[in-house]
Amino acid sequence: MIIGAPTPPPGGFPRDRGGPGQPLLSVKGLVKHFGVKKGFLTKAGPIVRAVDGVDFDVVKGETLGIVGESGCGKSTTARLVMQIIAPDAGDILFDGERVGSQALSLNGFRKQVQMVFQDSYASLNPRLTVEDTIAFGPKVHGASGRAATTRAHDLLHRVGLEPARFAGRYPHELSGGQRQRVNIARALALDPRLLILDEAVSALDKSVEAQVLNLLLDLKDEFGLTYMFISHDLNVVRFMSNRVMVMYLGKVAEFGPSEALFETPKHPYTGALLASMPSMDPDARTETAPLTGDPPNPINPPPGCRFNPRCAKSAALCGHKEPTLLDAGVDHRAACWLVDPASGHPRIAA
Amino acid sequence: MNATAKMVDVQGLTVDFKGPKGPIRAVDGVDLDLRRGETVALLGESGSGKSVTLRSLMRLHPSSAKIGGKVEVDGRDVLKMGSRELAGLRGPVVSMIFQDPGLAFDPVYRIGDQIVEAVRRHEKLSKAEARKRALELFERVRIPSPDKRLDNYPHEMSGGMRQRAMIALALVCRPKVLLADEPTTALDATVQIQVLLLLRELQRELGLAVVFVTHDIGVAVEVADRIAVMYAGRIVEMGPCRDVIRDPRHPYTQGLLLSRASHAPTPGARLAAIPGAPPDLSDLPPGCAFRPRCGHAIDDCAEAAPPAADVGPAHFARCIRTRRAAEAFESVTA
Repeated sequence: MIIGAPTPPPGGFPRDRGGPGQPLLSVKGLVKHFGVKKGFLTKAGPIVRAVDGVDFDVVKGETLGIVGESGCGKSTTARLVMQIIAPDAGDILFDGERVGSQALSLNGFRKQVQMVFQDSYASLNPRLTVEDTIAFGPKVHGASGRAATTRAHDLLHRVGLEPARFAGRYPHELSGGQRQRVNIARALALDPRLLILDEAVSALDKSVEAQVLNLLLDLKDEFGLTYMFISHDLNVVRFMSNRVMVMYLGKVAEFGPSEALFETPKHPYTGALLASMPSMDPDARTETAPLTGDPPNPINPPPGCRFNPRCAKSAALCGHKEPTLLDAGVDHRAACWLVDPASGHPRIAA
Repeated sequence: MNATAKMVDVQGLTVDFKGPKGPIRAVDGVDLDLRRGETVALLGESGSGKSVTLRSLMRLHPSSAKIGGKVEVDGRDVLKMGSRELAGLRGPVVSMIFQDPGLAFDPVYRIGDQIVEAVRRHEKLSKAEARKRALELFERVRIPSPDKRLDNYPHEMSGGMRQRAMIALALVCRPKVLLADEPTTALDATVQIQVLLLLRELQRELGLAVVFVTHDIGVAVEVADRIAVMYAGRIVEMGPCRDVIRDPRHPYTQGLLLSRASHAPTPGARLAAIPGAPPDLSDLPPGCAFRPRCGHAIDDCAEAAPPAADVGPAHFARCIRTRRAAEAFESVTA
């Protein structure tokens, strides 16, 4: 039993294959390096280690939050899972089946996994009406025009856009919040099981963001969805997620149940990230910045623990020996020597 | 200098832009004053008029924009200035930092040279003296190995360092007023807090008056002495930071505070979202612009734009139901 994971609704999740105990998504040893082109006539340049050995599971019916700063690999991870880009190494299993295998074709997988992006305008075809945008996917996957349109109207209604008013509109005739609702409706058109939300509310005004978060929660209950929720806003991730994965420079720094991770972070980076959030108390403003400098470049990650040059608790050990994800509590892991009493980190005894 | 003198004095500011269906009033009667060493945050959503208000202080609008009312900076009437006077104002008196430092620097010149050029445009200094000034500022904004960094091109710096360099550029002519337009919005969380603390420290040391535009309440709390909440071109509530956050009296301010994800009682519970969407400026409802989204609205709200009602020391809200709103907010947060 995984702490924080929701109990399945009566009758189980729709189209469940392996039962509630089997993760919906299982990512193992995921690696993606990008070559940087140096310039005219020069050969291969440096390599960006965007995702460098990432393992995680997404449990059926949960929301897995992914946080981290720019360059940490959170969006690349999402794109790899979506098969928008091909991984250099690693396996992606969906409900127990390897993606691209005989049991689960790429086409069959893509029907079950959909994504919503940050830029609601760039995500939509400016020459398609809202209704055609939503009906496009089902038609490609074999639905009749009439069935696809009916479904589009249902979904519009469901995401809070009155079909009679909105079905015939073009993206430029909608506000940012309305466009993101259309993107969500389109993502649901193929009746997916997993929805990847990559900074899906980050570009929205605060008053509209709350509405869309509420909508996402409602849809999750109604359609029995599982979410991967990527955001840089820790408040929003805490509110939305059952479990949270913190990434740093292409690796997982910490993974655990949302409440435990936010209340008692085990990795110093998670702690610094939380302490960097602006205070909401005018009488208790932040006085010192938890970290100095910018997040380093994933081209030349430092040896040992990748966080050690910025870490206040760094020891000699951290500079040459890289920690793996170590147990730090119930369903809680951190890639830090501090959670391993046998590591010999000098701060443990103190 | 007289410490109580107003560095910024704006009264009845209106800004109209040309729209496809006639003029659009982006700012509608804003009053704002700032003393030396004071920071005011303009808080609002897109289209609320916060950036347009800010740009009016330096007259950065296209010439087709119509500006009305009074704008005085350091005792000088900005709206009556010719282009030569404006050039003398921008830099030594008022300067500005932006959200995207990548756009503020010319990509083909070294950052140090651009700062030197800015100083020498306003002051009679040799190149060596100007570079010394630039170096001092690079040290002051804590750019590591500042001497080397002056010779960098903008693309050779990380986002956080570029933002520090832009702050150095803005301060190099020793302005009295600093305008900040979402300067930390594009930065990562751990870098954002560093830049906010730096701005707070510089503001104290140099006695700057700062107008800080943001959409993030947390950022406003970190930097501001006073907060002005804007909606549809008007300041709907203004007061000391503490009072606006703890005892908000305008239903819109209350809505913003209550709808934050960090305010949710338990994870997964529904948020108290403000219904509807920010209004179309070319088609504003009569009376209070927030009325269609407001839970406390009554028929009288449609009569006229509500006047400022004093709700505490130096704290006002443009709402005719501030008493009702205060009771409702207390009952929710108690």
